[in-house]
Amino acid sequence: MATNPIRVLLAKVGLDGHDRGVKVVARALRDAGMDVIYTGLHRSPEEVVTAAVQEDVDVLGVSLLSGVQMTVFPRILKLLKERGADDMIVVAGGVMPDEDAAALREMGVAAILLQDTPPQEIVDTLRRLVEARGER
Amino acid sequence: MSVRVASAELLARAAAGNLGAAARLISRAEAGAAEARPALAEAYRRAGRAHVVGITGVPGSGKSTLVGRLTHALRATGAKVAVVAIDPSSPYSGGSILGDRVRMSDLATDPGVFIRSMATRGATGGMARAALDAADVLDVAGFDSVIIETVGVGQDEVEIAKASHTTVVVSAPGLGDEIQAIKAGILEIADIHVVSKCDRPDANRTLTDLKLMLALGTADDAPDAWRVPVVGTSAITGEGIENLVDCIQRHRTAVPSDARAARARRIAAFRLEKTAENLLLERFQARFRTHETDRIESLAARSIDPYSTAIDLLNRTLHGGHVHEPLA
Ligand SMILES: Nc1nc2c(ncn2[C@@H]2O[C@H](COP(=O)(O)OP(=O)(O)OP(=O)(O)O)[C@@H](O)[C@H]2O)c(=O)[nH]1
Ligand SMILES: [Mg+2]
Repeated sequence: MATNPIRVLLAKVGLDGHDRGVKVVARALRDAGMDVIYTGLHRSPEEVVTAAVQEDVDVLGVSLLSGVQMTVFPRILKLLKERGADDMIVVAGGVMPDEDAAALREMGVAAILLQDTPPQEIVDTLRRLVEARGER
Repeated sequence: MSVRVASAELLARAAAGNLGAAARLISRAEAGAAEARPALAEAYRRAGRAHVVGITGVPGSGKSTLVGRLTHALRATGAKVAVVAIDPSSPYSGGSILGDRVRMSDLATDPGVFIRSMATRGATGGMARAALDAADVLDVAGFDSVIIETVGVGQDEVEIAKASHTTVVVSAPGLGDEIQAIKAGILEIADIHVVSKCDRPDANRTLTDLKLMLALGTADDAPDAWRVPVVGTSAITGEGIENLVDCIQRHRTAVPSDARAARARRIAAFRLEKTAENLLLERFQARFRTHETDRIESLAARSIDPYSTAIDLLNRTLHGGHVHEPLA
């Protein structure tokens, strides 16, 4: 069977300046056999979506701590749709209030993985989401 | 693309400039999907316009940073530039962290730039198996230059020189006394040498050493022979980047047409060899995984030997039907 490893793009959007958490997640995903593209700090939604489309990832993981989730995710989802990439699985990471998480899920964010989610749970969640999406 | 789109259709869309379609077709090439093969074959036939530039050098020599700068400078000439950046897969998990893109982030939203990261997935030689398919697809999608950044090479990882029109070898100062390109056995593959990080004081010595080594090695005194230039660059000051663009363009146009044709044949021969190797390997491994478990028992007990078992396995791999047919 011709299959690729699960392909994930990890990005940090917003102003907060460290990426230790993202790097830990990147390693956990790699150790689970996934290809992880890391794009660095301070990315804009446009940059993230352009990269995700070129890299044709299964999962776009965006982490933010700076409280801008209610502007960032709607923008990312809109851009993905405009570029015909609405089959991409969008996952949010970081910290946010429950009502925001619920609103984002409503909008189409597939999972919210709050800070301190154990790496194995992240791995399992991504596998489940990609499995549920099926071939593309 | 919520429904599965046929690869032929993806190629048509890519040729019309849809980069999402190009990206998806590249994923199918990476998967080795049989369904994608006719489309990739078509891409090969239609490609040939783009200038394929290989960038190689030891780990950390500054390849990705240089590719970012080079892409900028090529864009300024009006060229559309695609980058295929290769990093190693973990031999333990098969996964990878592909980080080259971080060094090219200021190109992130330029519509004339396309960057694709690829993992080696066990391929040796510093390349990924689908890198050349990707180059064809991006060529058809209208990119004028396709830059391939290899993994940081060690000994013998010189495949890029057999696949690119122009090969650039990057050496950085301060990574030990010896010139890294010599240690890695890649001095001879360069059409252009770059000494990166020339903002550092120790770069001059690396430049001088490298020029000396090349002068010693020069045997070809034919008047129209390409003289391998040594270009010092700095991603911080921008030094040497224009010069590098100039050398790359000269290497494309100044090489006499018979030499260019000879190189094109060499590239084609290498492509055929790798394609056959990949198809054989794929088929062999599928057979090995599904059919050979019973033999392993006898082999471990030493009641059969690895030579006759392997020959038998290869025979059955080769004669068990056509390569493009799904494996039983
Ligand atoms: N001072 C200086 N540092 C540089 C320059 N170019 C790259 N670097 C630094 O060198 C390090 C490696 O750069 P990369 O561009 O990632 O090197 P690479 O060869 O792509 O590395 P791999 O892909 O891991 O093999 C980084 O810390 C860069 O910031 C330069 O021109 N000057
Ligand atoms: Mg690199």
